Amino acid sequence: MNHPLSPSKLQFDSDGKLHHFLTIEGIKRQTLTEILDLADSFLGTEGKAVKKLPLLRGKTVVNLFFENSTRTLTTFELAAQRLSADVLKINIATSATAKGESLLDMLHNLEAMQCDMFVIRHAQSGAAQFIAHHVAPHISVINAGDGRHAHPTQAMLDMLTIRRHKPEFGALKVAIVGDVLHSRVARSQIHALTTLGAAEVRVIGPKTLIPPSMQQLGVHIFHDMAKGLDGVDVVIMLRLQRERMAGALLPSEKEYFSLYGLTDEKLAMAKPDAIVMHPGPINRGVEIASSVADGPQSVILEQVSNGIALRMAVMSMVLGRSPQTQAAEDIR
Amino acid sequence: MNIAIINGHLIDPANKVDGQHDLFINSGIVVGVGQAPEGFSADQTINAEGQIVSPGFIDLQARLREPGDSHKGTIASETAAAVKGGVTTLCMPPDSHPIIDSTVVAEQILHKANIMGSARARVLPIGALTKALAGEQLSNMNGLIQAGCVALSNANRPIRSTLVQRRAFEYAASLNIMVRLQPEDAWLAEGGCVHEGEISSRLGLSGIPECAEVIAVSRDLLLIEQTGVKAHFGPLSSVRSIELIAEARKKGLPVTADIAAHQLILTEIDVDPFNSLCHLRPPLRSKRGLDGLRSALSDGLFTAICSDHQPHEADAKLAPFAETEAGMSAIETLLPLTLKLVKEGVLSMSDAIAHLTSKPAELLGLKQGSLAVDCVADITIFDPNRDWVVSEESLISRGKNSPFIGWEMQGAVTTTLLDGEIVYIHE
Repeated sequence: MNHPLSPSKLQFDSDGKLHHFLTIEGIKRQTLTEILDLADSFLGTEGKAVKKLPLLRGKTVVNLFFENSTRTLTTFELAAQRLSADVLKINIATSATAKGESLLDMLHNLEAMQCDMFVIRHAQSGAAQFIAHHVAPHISVINAGDGRHAHPTQAMLDMLTIRRHKPEFGALKVAIVGDVLHSRVARSQIHALTTLGAAEVRVIGPKTLIPPSMQQLGVHIFHDMAKGLDGVDVVIMLRLQRERMAGALLPSEKEYFSLYGLTDEKLAMAKPDAIVMHPGPINRGVEIASSVADGPQSVILEQVSNGIALRMAVMSMVLGRSPQTQAAEDIR
Repeated sequence: MNIAIINGHLIDPANKVDGQHDLFINSGIVVGVGQAPEGFSADQTINAEGQIVSPGFIDLQARLREPGDSHKGTIASETAAAVKGGVTTLCMPPDSHPIIDSTVVAEQILHKANIMGSARARVLPIGALTKALAGEQLSNMNGLIQAGCVALSNANRPIRSTLVQRRAFEYAASLNIMVRLQPEDAWLAEGGCVHEGEISSRLGLSGIPECAEVIAVSRDLLLIEQTGVKAHFGPLSSVRSIELIAEARKKGLPVTADIAAHQLILTEIDVDPFNSLCHLRPPLRSKRGLDGLRSALSDGLFTAICSDHQPHEADAKLAPFAETEAGMSAIETLLPLTLKLVKEGVLSMSDAIAHLTSKPAELLGLKQGSLAVDCVADITIFDPNRDWVVSEESLISRGKNSPFIGWEMQGAVTTTLLDGEIVYIHE
């Protein structure tokens, strides 16, 4: 029972290189920038990810999704395929863990099948860190969302999207709106934005959805949407789970929309060239009006296509395969 | 058997003794302090030079895991760990399997532990306050006490209904039974696994707010005032709780409290890398809270320091944080953690020992916890300066789930006596 290393330390190897990708916390600005640059290089001129690269040829990537996901799972699969990796998807509902096999036993069995990377989504905070702590040293773990803790590739694709529109993070005011309490995306975005040097990060929502100690992450808390959106460059809307109404966190979707839903009127408080983002899937009429989601300031679909390039960048980086190293090997 | 313990520094807070005194024991009873009785000839002499001789420690909360969970611990394994840690008397909460809610279970535990001799330390069961700890129907309180339970408690399953809580207090008060309360508002704490604060926000873990404890304490104090039941709270985690209890005691209410040693050493920060060994209930609180708890201890607001020993098998801690079981294996680190508080100026050595001996003894009305002539010779001899490193090998408890593994500790027991017989000796 070793004392586990913190995820922020655990994710680096002895040379200080990224070996797992578990959380943004603890990663230096320079490394985040390298990831963004690499992802940019994978994006073609029209913003479409390049078709196929041989960077992960011969590598096996296992997608282990203990929670349902369409978008994240698909973009991870596409990213791995475009890097020429073999991709394995384990259907957890019918897999052995459903038959009582422990999580660790299942992992050790997969390890024995010569896999190189696990992409993991799990309902429990800390699950990716737990798995990274226990897998064989040659396996890299990528966190595709653990409980309310972190969703670092989503946050980084959001950073990529922001940077393609607004290249100077130091000049940016960013507002994150909605259910911060339950959001792994928000936590990772906050760490990414503060590390990349954003001028100000605000979180907006009712007290039931924003714990007061959130301030210690370096954000400003607003409960009034108009004040919170005043003069911001980026508006990030969070998804509101329908079950939040049951836990006395909110009275109704209607009231939530009237106070914190993003409408054209509220968006007018932000800078005229502000961009609107959402990690998806969208609840139209709950957290965002259709006119805004489909409007000229929305970059929501761009986020999805940037997701493939960003995930290609992270996967090749943790396995130590950049286009440069590949070129060097090709010469040999 | 005559035993002489010589050259040691005797600290016996019950009798205000703190100095170099030899101790003489005959047939399990102290027969001389400082001076041997006439005609005493020792069969065995223990040289305690450079060491402290204290009454055996009394631990108000330690789980033995027997009956029901022998993969985590047994009466034999955990009492062996207890005496290695200097604990000669311990109270076990009623949440074993089966639950101690009938005289049969209480009698069986006592029979196995103390009569059949599988226990090396004295085991005092605490009976259930409600049947099956379900918080609905009162247990057979009188029967449990007659069977040998020292108090009644709902353990860490707080009674949700204020009415049931009131009835339980009323009934216990009629029979002059002490209730032990681990205060937690069930609704505010629901689903939580760490302190609600900086770490819960950062790691995205569900929090247990401090007010979950303070609200439960407030409710219970009002009911105690109304019913007159003798109540002991613990282990506590909030400075607000202990302040309210101290205030109530000043007003004359029969209320006391204890705290687990680790709650005075660790904070929520220690949870940070999703360290399941720090998954505890009550949870570790903030650094500021820790400072407040330490000054409350200095001010004498707590009656006892307990271990809150909860041994687990390795698998219980091998899962994502919230899915792991709460609690730490703590009985072998009780002494060195308490000595750390002495070293850091929170308590004097004599006060520290009082929190482990005379004060809990007085609370439970035990004749142990004192080493005057005619007292039971339950004795702990320890070297306050011996360094040792906590490791899975150095812990003899079946539970290796200590967050202190790898820590260098100062202070170790060299000899433990129960009823005048050596039950532990450091090799």
